[in-house]
Amino acid sequence: MSEHSAHTAEHPVAHPGYGTFIGVWVLLLLLTAGLVSLSHLGQTAAVWGLLILTPLKASLVFYYFMHLKYEGPLFKIVLLVTLGTLLIFFALLFSDVAFR
Amino acid sequence: MSGHVHRDDLGSRLGMWLFLVTEMVLFGGLFIGYSYMRHRYPAEFHHGGGELNATLGIINTIVLLTSSLTVVLAIVAVQRAEKKRAIALLWTTLALGCTFLVIKGFEWSAKFHHGLYPNAPHLATLPPGEQVFFGLYFTMTGLHGLHVIVGLSVLGVLLHWVATDRIRQDRYIHLENGGLYWHLVDVIWIFLLPLFYLAA
Repeated sequence: MSEHSAHTAEHPVAHPGYGTFIGVWVLLLLLTAGLVSLSHLGQTAAVWGLLILTPLKASLVFYYFMHLKYEGPLFKIVLLVTLGTLLIFFALLFSDVAFR
Repeated sequence: MSGHVHRDDLGSRLGMWLFLVTEMVLFGGLFIGYSYMRHRYPAEFHHGGGELNATLGIINTIVLLTSSLTVVLAIVAVQRAEKKRAIALLWTTLALGCTFLVIKGFEWSAKFHHGLYPNAPHLATLPPGEQVFFGLYFTMTGLHGLHVIVGLSVLGVLLHWVATDRIRQDRYIHLENGGLYWHLVDVIWIFLLPLFYLAA
């Protein structure tokens, strides 16, 4: 890894700058505003907001703030396997309770 | 930088991600429990959500999102050897994290004054669905609050390390990993906001 660190030290410009992250932060605030507005429009709109905007916000944090965009496939696989496992448990639970 | 020091930044980040994955499963289990209970008691969860202060929840969301930004900007500053800026950004993160906890403190104390706290006599008189709602509310926001306290402690140490050059342009993996933890705390809150505060 010393090669990697030397590379990092020599080419700090290769990393994303302040602007990228500030842009993502603005987007996150806008999505939050959208989520709050939808929650005032009624139950259906609120649920759609929850199901679409919330995972979108989480993805932005994962992808940019947590640098997943700049990592190799292994990190993405680790995350997807975890979320997939949770989704399977969720589906198993509701396949039971939804039809009682 | 002597070349004798063993370093594996990729392995270090992978280890951190594996730890974060266990955190996701921990909170994921609670989220699945919440979904089931909301499915079972829709009206009570709607009413319970109405008891919470949505404005405070939204303000705290903005506070945490901004604190996530300042951490990631602190990493950029360290990468560019802008030490003073990195320190200022980390102080801002600490201040925002404390703000979050203070707001949460006000929110919880208001609930306590209304007789809403775990095992409260007033809570026992409410319908079972609302008891479950407040049980999940205190468990999940409480567990999240604990994570905020841990995250602030870690960031405090990292701030000291930046100030003493233990974290610097050619060696900042600890700051990256501490930042990852803080961002996960932010992600969890992103889900808590609509599930509790906007549930009404």
